[in-house]
Amino acid sequence: MAYEEIINGLNLKDTELRLGLPGTEEEEQQQLQEVSCVRSNKRQFHETTDEHNLKEESSPPAKTQIVGWPPVRSNRKNNNKNVSYMKVSMDGAPYLRKIDLKMYKNYSELLKALENMFKFTIGEYSEREGYKGSGFVPTYEDKDGDWMLVGDVPWDMFSSSCQKLRIMKRSEAPPAS
Amino acid sequence: MGWAFYNVPCSDTNTSLHPFSLAKGLVTSGRNTCTPYHSSTVKIPFVAILRTNLHQEMNYFPDEVIEHIFDSIASHRDRNSISLVSKSWHKIERCCRRRVFIGNCYAISPERLIGRFPCLKSLTLKGKPHFADFNLVPHEWGGFVHPWIDALARARVGLEELRLKRMVVSDESLELLSRSFANFKSLVLVSCEGFTTDGLASIAANCRHLRELDLQENEIDDHRGQWLNCFPDSCTTLTSLNFACLKGETNLSALERLVARSPSLKSLKVNRAVPLDALTRLMSCAPQLVDLGVGSYENEPDTESFAKLLAAIKKCTSLRSLSGFSEVAPLCLTAFYPICQNLTYLNLSYAAEIHGNHLVKFIQFCKRLQRLWILDSIGDKGLEVVASACKELQELRVFPSDLHDEEDNNAAVTEVGLVAISAGCRKLHSILYFCKQMTNAALITVAKNCPNFIRFRLCILEPNKPDHVTSQSLDEGFGAVVQACKGLRRLSVSGLLTDKVFLYIGMYAEQLEMLSIAFAGDTDKGMLYVLNGCKKLRKLEIRDSPFGNAALLADVDKYETMRSLWMSSCDVTLGGCKRLARDAPWLNVEIINENEDNGMERNEEDEREKVDRLYLYRTVVGTRNDAPSCVTIL
Repeated sequence: MAYEEIINGLNLKDTELRLGLPGTEEEEQQQLQEVSCVRSNKRQFHETTDEHNLKEESSPPAKTQIVGWPPVRSNRKNNNKNVSYMKVSMDGAPYLRKIDLKMYKNYSELLKALENMFKFTIGEYSEREGYKGSGFVPTYEDKDGDWMLVGDVPWDMFSSSCQKLRIMKRSEAPPAS
Repeated sequence: MGWAFYNVPCSDTNTSLHPFSLAKGLVTSGRNTCTPYHSSTVKIPFVAILRTNLHQEMNYFPDEVIEHIFDSIASHRDRNSISLVSKSWHKIERCCRRRVFIGNCYAISPERLIGRFPCLKSLTLKGKPHFADFNLVPHEWGGFVHPWIDALARARVGLEELRLKRMVVSDESLELLSRSFANFKSLVLVSCEGFTTDGLASIAANCRHLRELDLQENEIDDHRGQWLNCFPDSCTTLTSLNFACLKGETNLSALERLVARSPSLKSLKVNRAVPLDALTRLMSCAPQLVDLGVGSYENEPDTESFAKLLAAIKKCTSLRSLSGFSEVAPLCLTAFYPICQNLTYLNLSYAAEIHGNHLVKFIQFCKRLQRLWILDSIGDKGLEVVASACKELQELRVFPSDLHDEEDNNAAVTEVGLVAISAGCRKLHSILYFCKQMTNAALITVAKNCPNFIRFRLCILEPNKPDHVTSQSLDEGFGAVVQACKGLRRLSVSGLLTDKVFLYIGMYAEQLEMLSIAFAGDTDKGMLYVLNGCKKLRKLEIRDSPFGNAALLADVDKYETMRSLWMSSCDVTLGGCKRLARDAPWLNVEIINENEDNGMERNEEDEREKVDRLYLYRTVVGTRNDAPSCVTIL
C-alpha cells in the first residue's frame, strides 16, 4: 500500500477518504514502526504490538525485530557475527551508538564506558535485585533473541552471546520477579 | 536385478485391515502411510513373472525366503506398503524389519514400537517441530529421548544405530545408551540439546564397536574435559567422527592418537579449536579421508605451515567433501586447491569474513561439485561463475551473511544470481536461497530452466516484499514453479503473496509433502486451497498469516493423512482449537503459550482469544504426559 501512495510526489493521503480524525494516521504509523514485535517464548520484557495492523498499515517491521525471522538457525547468526561492534541504544536518546565489546575485560569497564557515552549513572548491581539507585537498567539481547539483564552471567558468556545493548528507563522495565 | 511393479490389492478378506485398527498397529513413518483400503504399488526385485495374486503365490515360499526378498527392499515407504498386503506379510515383515523411521516421537510409544519390531537394529527419531530451529518453540517443550532408550534397553533390543533430530538428550540417556547395547555402532545427533561432553565420554568409553559419532549443529555444553581420551586404545573401528559443533578446546594429542589408530576413518569433522598445524598432522595420518571438516583459521599461515598443509592435502586424493571454515584466511583456502576438482560437496557457509572474490576463485575449480553451501557474500557475479563452472550442481544453499546490520549489503544476492544458476546448472534439484529481492519474471525463468526441482525454498528477507520491478505479488512466480516442477516435494514461499499462490499450489503441487508459509495469504481460502489440493501433504507450517478457524476445521480428516500442522501468529482461536480437539481425538492439539502463567488460566480464557502457537499431530498413543506448563494439550 505504501508503494501506490507516493505517485509523482503527491501525497494522496491528504485527499483519501477514510474514517478517523485528520492527522492521526501519521502518529500511528510512527508508533508501529518504533515498537518492535518481540514475541519470544521466554520473554523477559513484554512488548506487544498488533501484527496485523502492521501488515496493513505500514511497511513491515525491520527484519531484525521479528522473532525467528529470517529463518536461520541461531548458530549461524552467531558465526556470522564476527565483528564485535555492538549497537547500544538508550531510551530517550535520539541516536544509537556502537561499541566494541572486545575493548572491555569485565562488566565494570563496560558499564563505566556506557555511563560516559550516554552521560548517566547506572547504579549498583545485585544479583537479587538488579540495578538499584538509578533510573536506568542496562539490558542486552542474547543470541536466542531474549532480552536479559546485564551482569547476571559471567563476562565471557555475556560477551560471546550479546547481540545488542539497550539501556532501558526503569519505568519501562517490568518489576523484577 | 530387474524390478517389477505389481499392483497389490490389499487383502479384503482380512477385517483386521480396517483403516483405523491398522493405524493403531502402524508405526507412523516419515512418508505418507498408505491408505490401506486402496491398492498399493510394491516394487519386487524379480522379473514380472509373478503378475497376479503375488502374495498368495509367494505364501508357498518358506518365510525365510520371503524375508530375504523383503530384506532387499530398503525404503521405509515400500516396507510399510508390504506390511499392509496381508496378515502373513505383515507378520513376516515386522519380524525381519531392521530399520524404523519415526518422524514424530509422540505419534507412537517406544513400547508399541518394540512390540511390533522386536528385531530392530536402527532407529531414527524426530522430536521438536521444524520451527524450533528459529526459537519459536520453548526449550522445555519436549522430545525427550530417555524413555525410548530406557524401553529399548529393558526389552534387550539389539540396537546398533540411533539417529535423533531435534530431541532432548541428557548425559544420563547417553550413559544408558552406551551401557545397554553391546553391538551399538552409530550415533547421529542433529540439532539436539541437553547434554554435555560428559555424555560423549560415556559413548566413547563404553561403545566397544563404535563406528560413527556424528554431531551436527547440537547445543552441547562443553566441559572442556577429556572425552576424546575416553576412547580406549582398543577402539580402532571408527569410520566417522564429527564434533564440529563443540565450542570448547579439544585435546589435540588424544584426537591425533585416535585418528592414527582408525584406519577405516572416512569422515572427520573437527571443531574450530583445532589449529592448522594439528589439522595438518591429522590429514597426514588419515590420507584416506573422504569427508573433512576443518576448524577456524583466521590468520594467514606462515610459509612453512602452508607448505606442510599443502603437502598433507595433496595426499588426500580421496577427499570429496569439505566443510568447516568458520573463519578462513584467503591464503589458507588456497592450500586446498589441489583437491578442488575432486570435491562433490563444499560447505563454506560459515566463513563470514572471507570476501566473495576468494570464494569464487576457489569454487571455479570445483568442476565436479554436486552440493554447494555458501553465504550470499558470493554475490550475483559469484553465482554466475558457479553457474558456468559447476555443471554437476544438484543442490545449492545460499545463506544470508549480514543479519544484524540493517545497512544495504551490496554484495548480497538477488534474482539475477538465481536465474544464472538455473540457466547454468541444469541438474539442480534442491535450492535454499536467501535474498533481498525477487521478481516474477525471474521465478518464471527459473521454473522453465529447472523443471526438476524437488526442494525449492526461497526466503526473501523482508516479509511481504513484492516483485521489486512491478510491485505486484509473487503469486505468478511461485505459481510457475509449482506448475513446472511436477516432482516438487518441499516448498517454502516468501515475499508478498495473496490467496492466489495457494490456489496454484493446491492445483499443481501434486507431490508436495512439506510446505512452509510466512507472512502470506489474505483469507482462509488460501489455507483451504492447500489442504484440499495437496494430496500428499505431510507437514504444513504457517506463521504470521491470516488463516483462522474456518480453514482449520474445514476438513478434520485431512490431518490423519499428515504428520503435523504448525500455526503461529495466525487467526485461529482457542475455541476453534478446542472444537478440533473434540472432533479429532486421534490428534494431539497443543497450544503453546507465551509464558507459564497463561497455561493455568487457559480454561477460563475467552474462546475468541487468538492462539499464539498451535501444533497438532496425529498419534496413536494419545496425550503425552511430559508437556511443560507452557503447553496446553486440548
